[in-house]
Amino acid sequence: MARIEKEIDARRLLCPMPVIRTQDAVAELKAGDHLKVIATDPGVKNDIPAWCRINGHTIVSIEYVDDEIIIKVEVGS
Amino acid sequence: MTKQRKAVSLISGGLDSLLATKVILEQGIHVEGINFFTGFCVEGHTHAIRKKDKAKPKRNNALWVAEQLGIKLHIIDVIEEYKDVLLNPKHGYGQHMNPCLDCKGFMVRKALEWIEKNDFDFIITGEVIGQRPMSQRKETMPVIARESGAGDRLLRPLCAQFLPETLPEREGWVNREEMLDFSGRNRKPQMSLAEEYGFKDYATPAGGCCFLTDKNYSEKLVDMWKHRSSRDYELDDIMLLKVGRHIRPRDNFKMIIAREEGEGKFLEGYRKQFIHMICKSHSGPMVLIDGEIDADDINLAAQIVARYGQGRNADSVEVEVTYLNGEQESVSVTPLPADKIELAWHV
Repeated sequence: MARIEKEIDARRLLCPMPVIRTQDAVAELKAGDHLKVIATDPGVKNDIPAWCRINGHTIVSIEYVDDEIIIKVEVGS
Repeated sequence: MTKQRKAVSLISGGLDSLLATKVILEQGIHVEGINFFTGFCVEGHTHAIRKKDKAKPKRNNALWVAEQLGIKLHIIDVIEEYKDVLLNPKHGYGQHMNPCLDCKGFMVRKALEWIEKNDFDFIITGEVIGQRPMSQRKETMPVIARESGAGDRLLRPLCAQFLPETLPEREGWVNREEMLDFSGRNRKPQMSLAEEYGFKDYATPAGGCCFLTDKNYSEKLVDMWKHRSSRDYELDDIMLLKVGRHIRPRDNFKMIIAREEGEGKFLEGYRKQFIHMICKSHSGPMVLIDGEIDADDINLAAQIVARYGQGRNADSVEVEVTYLNGEQESVSVTPLPADKIELAWHV
């Protein structure tokens, strides 16, 4: 089955809301799917990787575009 | 084969929940963490907003604690449900607008719903008898257990020796003798246990982890309710109470004035929801207007905006007003002298 690529907009949300949105979106995906999170709170560059580490997901990339932080997560099993 | 027993631990990000969870993990229980986001949690919000704080390391302490313990953490958005806890607390408020006893009962009840849904056996909290004046007293601990519905499925490992036996102790899932007898506000026993477990870096937030225990924040919240027709609120309202200088020159409107660049950027995100003002002839802060205003109000607000900009000593300052429909107007004003900004206007 093809890998799902999902995107969520967490701009202007302050932590932990981007983490909660990430958690809720990941709950609807399956292992191997990718989730792209677009956020503006600098806290996400620590919090989303921490959330991924404790819940068995992988950070594929973290990019900075202007004031936005774009984090790509691969859902673990 | 013995069934693997499972507990969920209320993780605030502080030392007590870290230790309580560790005590239970050491007894071979599978533990996962749960953290409830009410909208009033301190967790680094203002650090994320204010530019001067950008150099400070930012971390969510609940996530950090979970990582130290090697457990999963579920962060649950309870913003909507929490409104009833704050607006109608059965047990009233603490020193400020903190409904601590109702809050704890609410969180344990939500944890109970979670364990029932996820087939877990019991709930752990880091409560310590006598540590908090409202929610952590010997008389109130049974109230939380009873009113949350958790009853004897609620275990407080740090002070269990002082409390009646709970289900996990009675059933032998955990050993009561290995529970602790901490009490009071003295943090030395916790610090000593942390050292024993090898935890060196942990959060010690003064006054707890909730904005509702903060005097200034509570006053802003009460002011907001007083000047609106209802005591309701949205997440944006309670976020904005954490940001900027709040000045209410007249009953019908309040000004939220950015104190520095980071706050200015944050307030810019609300441009479509509020009438906003900014100095055009000089540098000055981003200002949101909360309330309904007429031409006379606009003039006074513009004078105040000018007062907080670089043109505060100029004879005339141009202030641009943007209305909710996108229309803009330029107002020329003399900045209000500092002594005309009444103390009572500061919320």
